[in-house]
Order: sequence, then structure tokens, then C-alpha cells
Amino acid sequence: MPRSRYTRRLPAAALAAGLALAVSACGGEAADDTTAAAGPAASASSAQLDPNADLSKQSLAISVWDGYTPKELPQQVKEKLKTELKVTLHANNEEIMAKLTSGTDTGLDVAFVSGQYAQALNEAGLLEPIHPELVPNLANLFPEAKELSYDKGNVFSVPYTWGTTGICYRTDLLKTPPTSWNDLLSPPADAKGKVTMMITERWLALPAIKALGYSVNTRSDEEIAKVKEKLLAAKPNLLAYDDTTFRDRLKKGEAVMVEAWDGWCPAGEKNIDFVVPKEGSDLWVDTMVVLKSSKNKEAAHAFINYILDPKVHGWAASNILYGVPNKAAMDLVDPELKASMPSLQMTPSQLLQGESIIDLGEDSVKFTRLATEVAAQQ
Amino acid sequence: MRRPRLLYVPFWMTYVFLYAPIAVLVVMSFNSGDSPYSFDGFSLKWYGELAGNAEIGKGLVNTLLVAAGSTVLATALGTLLAVGLARYSRSKVLDAIGVLPAVLPDLVLAIGLLVFYGTVKMTLGLHSVLLAHTVFGMAFVAAVVRTRLTHADFSLEEASRDLGATPATTFFRITLPQLVPGIAAGALLAFTLSVDEFVIAFFTAAPTEPTLPIVIYSMVRFGVTPEINALATLLLAVSFTVVIVAQRMTRLTESFT
Amino acid sequence: MTGSTVSGAAAVSRSRRSRALGRRSRAIGRLVFLGPGLAYLIVLLLVPLALILSYTVFRRGRFGGVVYEATGENFTRLLDPLYLDVIVSSLKLATIATVIALLVGYPTAYLIAQLPRKWKTIALVAIVLPFWTNFLVRVYAWIVLLSGPGLVNSALGDLGLGPFEFLYNQGTIVTGLVYSYLPLMVLPLYAAIEKLDPQLREASANLGARPARTFVSVTLPLTLPGVVTGCLFVFVPSFGNFVIPELLGGGRSIMVGNLIRDQFLKARDWPFGSTLTLALLAVLIVLLLLQAWSARRA
Repeated sequence: MPRSRYTRRLPAAALAAGLALAVSACGGEAADDTTAAAGPAASASSAQLDPNADLSKQSLAISVWDGYTPKELPQQVKEKLKTELKVTLHANNEEIMAKLTSGTDTGLDVAFVSGQYAQALNEAGLLEPIHPELVPNLANLFPEAKELSYDKGNVFSVPYTWGTTGICYRTDLLKTPPTSWNDLLSPPADAKGKVTMMITERWLALPAIKALGYSVNTRSDEEIAKVKEKLLAAKPNLLAYDDTTFRDRLKKGEAVMVEAWDGWCPAGEKNIDFVVPKEGSDLWVDTMVVLKSSKNKEAAHAFINYILDPKVHGWAASNILYGVPNKAAMDLVDPELKASMPSLQMTPSQLLQGESIIDLGEDSVKFTRLATEVAAQQ
Repeated sequence: MRRPRLLYVPFWMTYVFLYAPIAVLVVMSFNSGDSPYSFDGFSLKWYGELAGNAEIGKGLVNTLLVAAGSTVLATALGTLLAVGLARYSRSKVLDAIGVLPAVLPDLVLAIGLLVFYGTVKMTLGLHSVLLAHTVFGMAFVAAVVRTRLTHADFSLEEASRDLGATPATTFFRITLPQLVPGIAAGALLAFTLSVDEFVIAFFTAAPTEPTLPIVIYSMVRFGVTPEINALATLLLAVSFTVVIVAQRMTRLTESFT
Repeated sequence: MTGSTVSGAAAVSRSRRSRALGRRSRAIGRLVFLGPGLAYLIVLLLVPLALILSYTVFRRGRFGGVVYEATGENFTRLLDPLYLDVIVSSLKLATIATVIALLVGYPTAYLIAQLPRKWKTIALVAIVLPFWTNFLVRVYAWIVLLSGPGLVNSALGDLGLGPFEFLYNQGTIVTGLVYSYLPLMVLPLYAAIEKLDPQLREASANLGARPARTFVSVTLPLTLPGVVTGCLFVFVPSFGNFVIPELLGGGRSIMVGNLIRDQFLKARDWPFGSTLTLALLAVLIVLLLLQAWSARRA
């Protein structure tokens, strides 16, 4: 039976249909590129919000990383704001970004995303600017928290946690403690094959970028080529690329040196310590944003205001073990805990020495390519 | 019939291979410690934790709703399609479209549907996963039912028509009864695939309505815990029971012949 | 599951059928039986696929999204050796996994087909059952088994061996792929072998053929459609996989599934992601044509 003759027509038919649709899409959709104009796109079309809105008539859906807010948050919010709160989880920035930028209605009001992603969402016109008059607790933030380069002045995002990236290592299994990114990239004999680096592209590049003395936001092809060389040279000495389970690996001794976010390094445990390499590092910020599509914007602002309450925000510092950009909240953290965790000892000015990661627009694909090249090399 | 001895080596290897990790996770679900790597003693505490986990409970309910809904839809559409393709069409293009979802990588379908839902500005929810799962469920139902159709006695259908029965009467009185085992097997397959489906659900579910595999994904990202093992063991026990029951009812093997 | 094996019998019955059916009732039958399913597949399968394909001629917006300006750059990028290498290495890994699954799966299916009826059922159910636990949980169980401080190493350690690093290489990726999709190989093979007429083999043996010869010239050709279907069912999901390379490969190798996922999720470059998807589909269509060709020969 001449089966193949018909099957061959199938892709052609699909292509034809695709072109037809593409043409119709051209007319219907507004081009995303209008956001290329400088300045925060969102501020142009800020909604009128009613400061006296009845919050009990609104309900909230938020999306956040697992374990990033207290389990009791919905009850607490219901009590304080009279608003029904639904907490949903996302595993990483990429996942929530795909949903938020797909054009579907996700039903979310507030999302927790890292700074550079908040910036990209804003550029795409998906964010409601923060109405400071509805968030009086913004006053609790460190002045430095308004100087974050992806969103100066907290126009469309409110920082929730912040920190830096460094090397987390076993003091008992390493002869000399690491001090430089080069110790991670070309490890000493006792660490060969027992090192992990992160796989998320910007953090994958970070150790090599800093070891070479470049900016974390470099767009230079030449510099990225050098970074690639360095990362490829480091690959044979790696156990794996890992940004989720490196803690377990370190505790088990499967790894002795891992690239880690400060709060994720269990530095409080025996034989484990954390260092920010001498070449410097990044400043990452996890933020809260209000979505333009939200129908409960007053409640969303009230929610953010509630989170910035020192007690609530302090929970994050004491439990996630990341620093929070809230002075009153940091003052509430147990001093003993603070003493054991380098992440809780960082002052805002120390943190701001780290370079803030921003979205690089069309140049950000260079980092995806870099990550692909590094992973593809055998 | 002669069965060459040598063949038993790969035969048993297959089963050992398939069940080694399952044995590990069942044993580890009774671990009293919280390490996934060393067995510290027997305990049922992880099953207790599981019972108190609202997130998992909700995921389970969502998964069952999606699987049940998409199975019903896929079974109805897939059965009709199978009869239609076998009896009313000679087009190989239609044949190809019918099997396409079964051979398309899940990632392609997932992204295609997300793009499509975005283009029509659809609100995501359980319904968006249900509709998505129906796509591949239908293809599998149609494939199984078609196989069954080739065993069905066509002369009965002919006789029915010759005696003046309408196509509807012929379908309900003659064709359908012969297809029941195939339909049941296809439905079972669609249900199974939907329950464990992750990639498509991941892209098409509303963040507020995750299915169980999505919940498990967000939990195992930070390493597997005995609680997850307990959940997997329970799922296995339940599915085993379902298979045994279904087996008694439908004589599963026939659908594969 | 058995699309290709249906055609022969269906063809015979078709010629009889066309005579018996009136033109009008055929039209109604088409509408009623084919209409709903095809309409559904057009809206929720073909239109989404067409949308993806249409993106291949546009470009990424500065911060993601799609700019509807025609360009051929995605196809130029596709020719980049980097992506071709990944596609070739995915082809390689998926092929190795498929061949291993076939070598293990064929004897297994062969034996299952010859078991007494009761055991046959149990053996078949046991093949499908692992599918009913969560895919990710099963993959993690392998990590527990194979990792540095894992069970296999502790067992070997008791014997004074090791520890070995089993994980995080291409070998573990292949193992993971075979593990995940072996049942999809066994089922169609079983279906094909089960249908064989044992008399054919007996005849071959009576004519003096050795078992090996009987297998090569009688059994294998007759079960070829099952072999092809099984290979396809293993190859397709292996080729597009991205979870196994990430978890069992330690992120040290990537496959075309990772490439596509990364373009859509990490780079937010939907046009290029779509172009890679198209490349993946093209490879699969070639394979489907090969399958159709071999089914015709068989």
C-alpha cells in the first residue's frame, strides 16, 4: 500500500496551515517590541486603585518557590486582611516565566521571581507598577534596597530576599579552604571530580566571569568566548552540574566543594563553611511583583505590605536563611542563628558590592548559547 | 513448544531491571530516618506525613479528575475515530493524523498547546490539562480499538445493513458490543498515561491547579524524600489492585493481539 | 499500538464494504464517526503544531515573546555545528537505547508469548506495572541505587570493591532511557510474536532448518512490523527526552529535548525553539516514512 505518498503530504499541509495562521497573527497581535522604548513600560498605564477597597471581597492567588513562605500564610492573611489566599508553587523562574509570558490567563495576582525576571516581565508590559501609597511598609526596607539596578526605586517590584553566590565546602575533606573562583574551576587534587557548579546559565557563567575579572552583565562576545574556554576546561573535574541538590551532596561527602547561593549553604553544620571568593560575586534578589492581569490589585498590594511587616519578613530570614532587605526584620533574627550563617551576616553595603544581575535583552541569548556549548561538549 | 534456555537470561534481566529501582523505593518508604541513601530502621511515619500533606492530596484529586475526564472524552472520540477510519475512510493522511499524537514527543505537544492556549487567550485550569490529555489519549484508544476491529466479524455488519438497519443501529447493536474489550483496554491505557503524564500537564496546567506529577516534581527537585517514596509505594499498590481488577473484567491480553 | 499491522486485513474488507454501502449512508457515517475526532485533532493538535511551525519564520523580542517580522535567521542558526552536534548525539543515544531495548525486549516478548495463558497475563501486567508509579520517582530511585554513597556502591564496598562513579555520564542516560521505555518495546513485539503461526516454524524445522535459520528466515521477517513499531515507541520519546539527561546525566550531556526546552524556557526564544522543534519533527517524519516502507515490504 502506498502509505508513504500520503504521509509525505502531511508536513506540507501543516506548513501551509501554519503560514495562513501566521499571517492572521500578524494582524491580530500587538508587537512585543513596543517595549523597546527606554524606561519602565508599566508606569505608562498604572491602574487607579482604591485605597479603601473592601479586601474581604477580593481573593489572591500567588505563585512562589516551595518553602519560601510560611505554611500558615493563608490563615494569617485571612485573619489580617480578610482576603482568601491561595498559594501555588513553582520550581524555578523559568517555569513561572513560561506561564506568565504565554498569553494565557494564569489567574495569578502576585508572583515571586528573581530581579532580572521581574525586569523582563515589566518590559513585556505584564506588571502593574507598585503603588507605594498602598505599601506603607516599604519604609522598613534598607535604603540600599531601592538601589537595585534591575529596578531602581522599586517601581515594579518589591525585594523579598537577597544574597550572593559563593563556594560552599567541606572543611574536613579539603586540605586548604578555597578563596578564589579558580579553586572551584581548577580544583586541587583532593577535590577533583567532587565539585558541582550550577546549571542555570547566569550562575553557570559566574565563576569564570569573575575569575577573569569581567562584569556579570557582560555582553562582549570576546569575553563570553573566554568564559566558555574556562568553563570547558573546568568540566572534566566536575561531578555534575546541579543547582538543587548540591546541599545533600556536600553533606554526604559526594561533593566537597560546590557553587552555592549563600543561604543554601548549610554553613551552620559541622565541617561545612561558605566563602565569597576574593574576585567578588553577584547580588541576586528575589522579588514580589503584581501582575497587570490581576483583578485584585488592592489586595495584592495589601499582601505585599503584610509581607514587609518585620515579623512576617523576619520569618523568611530565620527559615529560608537568606538575608531580607528589611532592617526591622533582620533585627528580629535570633543572634545565635545569625552568627552561624554567613548569609545573615552580610550587611546591605557588603551585598551591594556584588554586581546585580540584570536581564540583557537580546544579548541574553548569548548566555543560553554558552550554556548549551558547555553542556554539549563531551 | 520448545523454549530455548538461553532466552531466559534476557527475560529475567528485563524483570530485574524493571523492578530493582521499584524495590529500592518501596523499601526506602519504610525508612525511619530521612536519608534517601541509608536504611536506618523500620517506620511508618512517612505514610503518616503523607496523609497530612494537603498539597499532595489536592494534586491527587486533580490528577484523578483530569484522568477520569480525559479518559471519558478520549474513549468516546477515539472509538468513533477508530470505526470511522476502519470503515469509512481510506485516507492514509487521516490514518497518519490519528496516530500522530501517539508518536509526537510530549514536549512538542505541550509547547504547541501552550502557544495555542496563549493565542486564543484561554484561562488555564484543570480543563486545559484535560483537553490536552484527551489528544494523546484518543490516539491510543483509537489504535487499540482499531486492532480489535480487525478481529470483529464484518459480515455481521453487512448483514445488518442489508436487512435495512440504519448505520446508528448497526453501530450500537452489532459493532459496539464486539468492541467492548478493546474499548475497555484503550480506556485503561488512556487513564494510565494521563495519571503519570508530566510534561504536557506542566505546561498546560494553571499554577493554582497542579496535578500530582507536578506536585511531585516541585518536591523532588530538592532531592527525593522518604515521603515521596511512600507516595510512590501507595500509588503502586493502588495501581496493582486496579490492574488485577481490570484484568479480571476485560482480559487485557486480548487487546494486544 | 498496531497501526501498521491493521492495513492488510482492512484492505480486504474494504473492497467488500464499498459495494454494500450506499453513498448517502457512507457520507453520514463519515460525518458521525470521523467528524468529532478529526475536528478535535485539528483544533488541539494540528493548529497548535501549525502555530509552532509559523513561529520559525519570526524572531525573538528583546525580552522574550515573538516579533512578527519575517526572517530566515532561525534556519541559519539551525545549521550551526553546535546544534547539529547535539542532534547527532541525541540520535546516537536514542539509537543505542533503542537497540539495547530491542535486544533485551525481543527475547522477553518471545518467551512471554509462549508462556501458559495464566502466566502470560501476569508477565504482561508486570511489564506495564512500573508505568504506574511516578516517572520522576523511578528515575530518582536509580540515583539512590547508583550514586557514590548509594546502595550498589555500599554492596560493592562490603566486597572490598569501589566506590565507583556510575552516575552522570552517557551510559547512565542510556540506562535511564532503556529503563523508561522498555515496556513500550515489549508490548508491540509481544503482539507481533503472539500472532505467529507455530506451524510455520515447525514446517521450517521439518524441512531441516536449524533454529537459528528458522528464526532469521521465518520468525524475524514475520515479526518485523512489531520490531519497527517497538523501535519507534522507544526511539521517539528517547529522542525528545530532557529529564533523564538532566537527572541521570548530571547535566553534563544534553539532548535535543534539552535544547528545545532551554530555548522555550531559559532563552525565551520561542521562534528558535520552534525551529528546533521542526528539526526534531523532520527527523521523526523520516523515521515514520522508513517504518511505512518496511511495513509495506513486510
